[in-house]
Amino acid sequence: MRLIHLTVAQLRDALAAGHVSARDVTQACLDEIRRVEASIGAYLAVDEAGALAQAAESDGRRAAGRARSPLDGVPIALKDNLCTRGQATTCSSRMLAQFVPPYDATVVQKLRAAGLVLLGKTNLDEFAMGGSTENAALGTTRNPWDLRRVPGGSSGGSAAAVAARTVPGAIGSDTGGSIRQPAAYCGIVGLKPTYGRVSRYGLIAFASSLDQVGPMTRTAEDAALLLELIAGPDPRDATCALRPVPAYSQTLDQDLAGLRLGVVREHFEAGLDDAVRQAVQSALEVFRSLGATIHDVSLPHSRYGIATYYLIASCEASSNLARYDGVHFGYRTDESALLRALAEERGSAAAPDEVDTPLVRLYRQSRSEALGAEVQRRIMLGTYALSAGYYEAYYLQALRVRRLIRSDFDRAFGEVDLLLGPTTPSPAFCAGEKLADPLSMYLEDLYTVTANLAGIAGLALPCGFTRGGLPVGLQLLAPPFEEARLLAAGHRYQQRTDWHTHVPELP
Amino acid sequence: MSLTRQDVEKVSLLARLQLPPAQLDAMTVHLARIVAYVEQLQELDTRDVPPLAHALDLENVLADDTLAPSLDREEALRNAPKRDVECYRVPAVLGGDF
Repeated sequence: MRLIHLTVAQLRDALAAGHVSARDVTQACLDEIRRVEASIGAYLAVDEAGALAQAAESDGRRAAGRARSPLDGVPIALKDNLCTRGQATTCSSRMLAQFVPPYDATVVQKLRAAGLVLLGKTNLDEFAMGGSTENAALGTTRNPWDLRRVPGGSSGGSAAAVAARTVPGAIGSDTGGSIRQPAAYCGIVGLKPTYGRVSRYGLIAFASSLDQVGPMTRTAEDAALLLELIAGPDPRDATCALRPVPAYSQTLDQDLAGLRLGVVREHFEAGLDDAVRQAVQSALEVFRSLGATIHDVSLPHSRYGIATYYLIASCEASSNLARYDGVHFGYRTDESALLRALAEERGSAAAPDEVDTPLVRLYRQSRSEALGAEVQRRIMLGTYALSAGYYEAYYLQALRVRRLIRSDFDRAFGEVDLLLGPTTPSPAFCAGEKLADPLSMYLEDLYTVTANLAGIAGLALPCGFTRGGLPVGLQLLAPPFEEARLLAAGHRYQQRTDWHTHVPELP
Repeated sequence: MSLTRQDVEKVSLLARLQLPPAQLDAMTVHLARIVAYVEQLQELDTRDVPPLAHALDLENVLADDTLAPSLDREEALRNAPKRDVECYRVPAVLGGDF
């Protein structure tokens, strides 16, 4: 078997047995990147020299019997909204094109401490806002299963990198489906942990009450191995849960007999693609054959999920992104040109006092020159929804509906152990197809956003292909902090199916 | 509530964005559609529903008051678009003196 086809778990065993070296594995990834990256574009930066040096150090540690963890030497890619000390972290935005963080995100620190080889930074929709990785200012990423199609987003680079077998695992972030949706489009596994399970310190903020970091891999077992490394309390993130981290990879072989699976009625309504429906229904039969019992469940407020999500996420984003001011870091407009233009404007203005002050104009111009259209749209929506006169009708109402959405889940999880449905209404769409209509792009998140609003855990798994050869994603949802149950169900399912072993053919 | 070009222009100042006329038109169209879509939340009676700002019921997470090294000034300033030896530089904040 070629090295690039080994999973994280298989690499762990092969490294421990001395069958492979971290250097060989890393080199194999780099060779594959060189072969396919021109057509995929998953990475914004590949740290070839750094990765090989880390791999050599890892081999040295292992030879000396001082491996830092079982995954010491396993390569991993990071979504480029996770801060890496001394290495550019851009959020695929012109605003941060030159930004070099002075510190590591906690997740990055933990991966380094465990000896993983940081291979590179992957592309994303600018500031993680989008569902196709087309709103990326610094790169274009395509779906390895069909290069005319998008990889999904916003963690589209991480998903494409794992699907194309250029890295065994990657880290993404999920605010409204940004791990699960690209995982579904690219035929891989994506886990959005419970809010607070993984530290957000050093994850460049989009919507702080919704953002969560998680693994993207080819198997549920690999997701378990990575989650147990990156999860846990962090004094630097006060919203990180003070709970010990279970050994997720040790509880994967649970018997599913008697597991109560709820089928979300609203996730099978109009708008669902037939091929997706069929694949998910076949998955349901697999779970039935594994001993699970199937129950009909309703989440009556889920149809309000998108509206609730776009209000809350945009409000939080408008506040979080206020930090990009052209002063402390990031892009700044040409100041002398700005001052000249402003002097002219004042000279000819009827009311010179209403013309922006130089500092205000510096903020406005720097931001509008360096932020993309979608990011500006969300900042505008959020600012509008939070402004005087609209706050109660929009933001506050959205927070109340968020409570209703959460209560739906609480009620459902009183009756069943896990919820099951499709990850997305349809398979990956063609590049450019939804760019003219932002709202149609938002609707792709219909089944995923509610998990973020409620703060629960969600897992996307490959469960079939369309006739045209595009992957279909199953979504399992679990109550808060029940990742062990979620991952065990995913693992059992993957032991019975082979969707995750299909490999896209790349020229 | 329909969103006008004037509303959008006002919000762009609040948001510290500078939209040229053509973009202002496109933004008005897009925002109006999204605002019309989110209007659907108004049909729910939520008088007795407390708002949920955060999914985790956390309160008063306290940290020990211990000394630790802070970010070095030079490192903090390294990403500044304009700086001097110890400060960020900005255009004049007060007065009309450019």
